Amino acid sequence: MQRERAKTIFEKSKKGRRAAVMPDTEVPEAPLEELIPSKLLRSEPPRLPEVAEPEIIRHYNRLSRRNFDLDTGFYPLGSCTMKHNPRLNERVAALPGHARLHPAQDPRRSQGALELMWLLQASLGEICGLPHVSLQPSAGSHGELAGLLLTRAYHADRGETRHKVLAPDTSHGTNPASVTMAGYEVVKVATDERGGVEMEDLRAKVDDDVACLMLTNPNTLGVFDENIAEIAGLIHEAGGTLYYDGANLNAVMGHSRPGDMGFDIVHVNLHKSFSQPHGGGGPGAGPIAVSERIEPFLPRPQVVRREGDNGGGPTYDLDFERPRSIGRLRGFQGNFGVFVRSYAYILSLGADGLAEASETAVLNANYLKALLAEGRAAKHLPVAFDRHCMHEFVLSGRPMKRELGIATLDLAKRLLDFGFHPPTVYFPLLVEEALMVEPTETETKESLDAFAEAIESILAEAEEDPQKAKEAPYTTPVRRLDEVKATRRPVVRQPL
Amino acid sequence: MLAAIGVDSTAELFAQVPEPLRLGRPLELPDGLSEAEVYERLAALAARNADAEEQVCFVGAGMYDHYVPAIVDAITQRSEFLTPYTPYQPEISQGGLQAMFEFQTAMSELTGLPVSNAGLYEGPSSLASAGYLAMGATGRRRFVVSRGVHPHSRETLATYSVGYGAEVEEVGLEGGLTDAAALAAAVDGETAAVFLQSPNFLGAVEDVEALGAAAREHGALLVVACDPMTLGILRPPGECGADIAVGEGQPLGNRLDFGGPSVGFFCATEALIRRMPGRIAGETDDVDGRRGFVLALQTREQHIRREKATNNICTAQALNALAAMIHLAWLGREGFRGLGELLARRTSYARARLAAVEGIDLLHEAPVVREFAVRLSGAPVDRVLDRCAERGIAAGYPLAREYPEHDDGLLVAITERRTRAQIDDLAEALGAAIAAERGDFVADTTSKSPHGVS
Repeated sequence: MQRERAKTIFEKSKKGRRAAVMPDTEVPEAPLEELIPSKLLRSEPPRLPEVAEPEIIRHYNRLSRRNFDLDTGFYPLGSCTMKHNPRLNERVAALPGHARLHPAQDPRRSQGALELMWLLQASLGEICGLPHVSLQPSAGSHGELAGLLLTRAYHADRGETRHKVLAPDTSHGTNPASVTMAGYEVVKVATDERGGVEMEDLRAKVDDDVACLMLTNPNTLGVFDENIAEIAGLIHEAGGTLYYDGANLNAVMGHSRPGDMGFDIVHVNLHKSFSQPHGGGGPGAGPIAVSERIEPFLPRPQVVRREGDNGGGPTYDLDFERPRSIGRLRGFQGNFGVFVRSYAYILSLGADGLAEASETAVLNANYLKALLAEGRAAKHLPVAFDRHCMHEFVLSGRPMKRELGIATLDLAKRLLDFGFHPPTVYFPLLVEEALMVEPTETETKESLDAFAEAIESILAEAEEDPQKAKEAPYTTPVRRLDEVKATRRPVVRQPL
Repeated sequence: MLAAIGVDSTAELFAQVPEPLRLGRPLELPDGLSEAEVYERLAALAARNADAEEQVCFVGAGMYDHYVPAIVDAITQRSEFLTPYTPYQPEISQGGLQAMFEFQTAMSELTGLPVSNAGLYEGPSSLASAGYLAMGATGRRRFVVSRGVHPHSRETLATYSVGYGAEVEEVGLEGGLTDAAALAAAVDGETAAVFLQSPNFLGAVEDVEALGAAAREHGALLVVACDPMTLGILRPPGECGADIAVGEGQPLGNRLDFGGPSVGFFCATEALIRRMPGRIAGETDDVDGRRGFVLALQTREQHIRREKATNNICTAQALNALAAMIHLAWLGREGFRGLGELLARRTSYARARLAAVEGIDLLHEAPVVREFAVRLSGAPVDRVLDRCAERGIAAGYPLAREYPEHDDGLLVAITERRTRAQIDDLAEALGAAIAAERGDFVADTTSKSPHGVS
């Protein structure tokens, strides 16, 4: 990877250079001040870089070589589901009928797009076991906010005002953040010795002021909560809704459905389970699937199918007439380009393929866990909850820190030199020095073996010379960065 | 692999799922298809959409048919940008982080505000996030919003506000522009933020500085939604007293994609940096003193701060922000201003051309840059649009749903792709459609005057 000093595109600017050629104006070239009062005009154009196309290409190619990515190597980032991104999906998303379709095009002239959305809704509804789907939320956390606003609307419709939302101490950070944004107060529920919800604690905290319980199942420890039916019963009895954070849906597709577990609202991360590329931090999409009782409150507009009359085929439309809807969560219909990719993925895999994907994800995780239960990892990096996992598992670096003097962060940084993206670190918070490992179904046995060998080598090296890991990485474009400085005195743009 | 795990089958691994909760049947979905079959299936769906290659697109309303340069696809399709996760390991994510830093620099330049984040989902939800910030910053729970703000933004703000317990008051338009007196009257000491958009939804350029006085007087934040493509020529929000500038970044390097994915931008004053939503890349050094970039101010974010986070956002739109940055670099300083001028001149031409058509009047005469509103008299807008569609023209965005007071209104958008000849065609098609409708109108309902009722 590139190691030369970083220079931004703004620093490469030379006056007078350009890439774009403007089309001729073709119309009278009136002075701007005659069109728009000068007090509304800016005196100087923004100081954008002046560069020619070859410089732009070289600049961003150079930047690209300073990134590690999924197509380069193993990326076992827990809860992020870094599975292969099929290139077919890019091709079909780029078809002009998708890519150059204006979102306000009349539904009669965008039937293909609306049908695709309807088909994706139906597919996700079947996978989740909940019949009604809105594709509008733009990511998982947006889906969470939607789910909580739906809960609020559902209770308001019943004349109730509730204030609390329960979430396990192992939940993703987005859960409590969404709770606050939706105007609720979060109440933490403890975890039992098997990694599930602590039932006694839950019973103590469920009352008629609880609006919702947010749960991930399998949870962030990678284990399936066997008490889920009882948990659902408790929440429903108290009048609350049950929210499923679908970040870990990749473990159970075609095997078990959140709707059948008793959940009322599910979000699905299309950029995790359904192969939308992560793009270095998006775009994604976080559709929600809901039960009958939540349906009236879904965001608007909703894509609907109308059966044809007189032998005509069905037609598709946007339904705005939803009087009890929570309203819009964003502009237009959602991240349609993501829907195209995810629908192509579902078509490619089919019913069997989705089930097999989850099965292989679970197999791969358990295999890697078994490999790491031997050798030095067994001693220094024990698994946090010793049972079969689902699609991911959590290790604790606590003994490693105590015995070898290297922290989970050091291990992660040393892994960079071995050509691997490290697992998620320091999450879930419940596990000291946590490493959360999710290999996904698209990795071979060889890549899992190589990762386990790298861990073994790093631990062996640390037994001899812990300093090596503490100062890692050595081979990356930059070495450890001063994050404190970046936060204490933030420099967030190029000075010009 | 099973032997290493110590089980005989994968079924044993799923034993932790209680039996009654196992699906026990295949999903009711079709069998998987080959790559070629999937392509054909998706291509057949795509063919049933009238996209901007099939119909000349004068529809805007927040998303525009600009030309996306080839270099954007070439770069954003590279694996190194397409397939990584959010840059949690900065040592191997310098490319993505630096791209964020560059995007922030560009958006800060465009808006005239010193701080930008690395992007949010899209326009309307970015505006709603500004509301959440304003509530936290002022401790107040009341928003005053101009009806010139995009209807989707206003509706999203209202949706979010139910959650965080804020009340929203709307202020109407006069002559296409925010009613200044009504705005001043609506803002009070309980107001957390005043929301304006310029150019507003009807295309009119607002006098943000003058309107913003009401916010300043009462200590409310001034939030301005803007169209980035107009900021090559328009005075930036930061120079007009805005505390926050937000907007839809689609016009910059992002395709129409039937509404997404695109990117929302969010810029603010220094004073608000620690309350910003979303990722922010910051510059720092590594242990050898080499320049590098990291996610700065992470203590604002959900993965650190949980329920005390400034926003819940995690995955955003990094790749779309990169596309925007590449497009801006490709345009460059002069090209970006030149494009703004081109839009203003062609729009001015189109506006005059349409206004000369029998049955078309301007809905307002306020200054515009790239979009303008007209009224059709004696001919229902939806019927006129259908007639234009038959001639291969998507003539504009009907205002009726969101502005019932302008049920005869049509919003027409211009990009650099819309040539003078296409504009002339549009004028001709609209004129013919109106004339035909007026004729039909008389034939259908003989009691109405031939010039209809407007």
